[in-house]
Amino acid sequence: MKCEMCHTNEATVHLTQVVDGAVRKLHLCESCAAESGVDIQNPMSIADLFLGLGPAAAAAREGDAGECPQCHLRRSDFKKTGRLGCPFCYEYYRDDLAPMLKAMHRGDRHIGKKPSGAEAASRNAAALAELRRKLEEAVAAERYEEAARFRDQIRRLSGEADAGSAGKAPAP
Amino acid sequence: MTLRELIERPHAWPAEEGGPGVAVSSRVRLARNLAGAAFPGWAGEEERERIWRELRGRLLELPALADSAAAGNAELSEQDRFILFERHLISREHAGKSRGSGIVLRGDERISIMVNEEDHLRMQALCPGLRLREAWQMADAVDSQLDAKVSYAFDARWGYLTACPTNVGTGIRASVMLHLPGLALMEEMEPVVKGVAKLGLAVRGVWGEGTEAHGHLYQISNQMTLGEREEDIVRNLETIVGEIVEHELNARRRLWSQREVVLRDHVGRAAGILTHAHILSSREALDLLSALRLGLEMGIVSRLERRDLLELLLLTQPAHLQMNEGRPLSPFDRDRARAELVRRRLGGVLRLAARGRRKSR
Ligand SMILES: [Zn+2]
Ligand SMILES: [Zn+2]
Repeated sequence: MKCEMCHTNEATVHLTQVVDGAVRKLHLCESCAAESGVDIQNPMSIADLFLGLGPAAAAAREGDAGECPQCHLRRSDFKKTGRLGCPFCYEYYRDDLAPMLKAMHRGDRHIGKKPSGAEAASRNAAALAELRRKLEEAVAAERYEEAARFRDQIRRLSGEADAGSAGKAPAP
Repeated sequence: MTLRELIERPHAWPAEEGGPGVAVSSRVRLARNLAGAAFPGWAGEEERERIWRELRGRLLELPALADSAAAGNAELSEQDRFILFERHLISREHAGKSRGSGIVLRGDERISIMVNEEDHLRMQALCPGLRLREAWQMADAVDSQLDAKVSYAFDARWGYLTACPTNVGTGIRASVMLHLPGLALMEEMEPVVKGVAKLGLAVRGVWGEGTEAHGHLYQISNQMTLGEREEDIVRNLETIVGEIVEHELNARRRLWSQREVVLRDHVGRAAGILTHAHILSSREALDLLSALRLGLEMGIVSRLERRDLLELLLLTQPAHLQMNEGRPLSPFDRDRARAELVRRRLGGVLRLAARGRRKSR
């Protein structure tokens, strides 16, 4: 199979790319793959997708001003590196990530191994999801004081999730 | 035992006993991160260093890692780190890292852990041959033991959280290194690669910056990590690899029946050059050693074992060559040292069967 970029070399890098929510296969030679900065761990399209696919309205509303409250990663940082900054980024950018993960993977729900403390974590996650929903409602209705309260609760709860592992190593 | 001692100790990939010799090794790696801490690529050096110290202590306490050695990247020379890379124990990216990252390696080199590569933890288990399930069980055991001591970043819906969304969920990357010279010589690689890609797996050459898989060595791995159980990912890959192994063996049988002269020429030339060359590039060595391995599997080459070839494959890599010579070598000196090493190991040893003592499989 020839490389889809130079049509000369043999394609040895085979990627699943997600373009506009559609999965497509990309076959490149190593030099073209390296040149375009593509690597298997980090297809470039992820970052583009992250910006492009999420509801346009949401992106416009938040612009690039939003950042993860725990690690301060912005969308533009993610676009540059294709990497998230901290576990809470998954919470903060949940709506952007959901369609992307769905397109990228076989399913959009983890069904494999769980850590021993996953029970507590899952209760936490449910509570966080509920708070997030309320936060969005409050923002939509322009009840900003209420929204700030939910935001603080979210922060506290996600902080507890980290500290809640008594007897284990505290997260540095 | 220190990591330096492990590096200096002679090493070859454990060669698989018996079997058709198509699947060289099986590997399972798990990506994990600590709850509440920035991922390594976004954290500062001090935070990474703190996490490395913490994890180093915890990891060395695990029963699965008894008899292991650990070192921070900054405690090792660049050459030492590239030795570990050439042994497939750490990634090229990790070999390039310095302070704030580290390596834990079990004495038998079957389990290696990168701390602060792209994720806080990349734990991998390696088995010779096609033994993915065993590799998964080894990695799973280390993971479960560490789980009791640290708090992992985990989301009820999305599973284990990783710096790159492509690894989220199970965080598992299962892979098999395959030697596929038969398919290559029969020009049948393309449909196989296409078929495998269609199944959501990644195929890539193990070596070679250029255009093809040098030494006909390919790595096949799962790409998707979310929405499937680890056991299913592993079993699925093992099934597909089993089919590719069958294709390869069929291609080798057809090589015998349809292109025996081509095959003998291919192996014979490789033997001739390897035992007589004085300058040998890394790429040429890979391709020729691959041809020799094919000759060995097909009963054309005798008085040589798989492990000898695997060892040569490793010792002819740049960092290993320079460690053996005890000094940095220019590219030209490397090619000369490589040729000398190969001549010394193979010269006077190799025998080629004139008439095929065809191995029946
Ligand atoms: Zn190309
Ligand atoms: Zn974050």
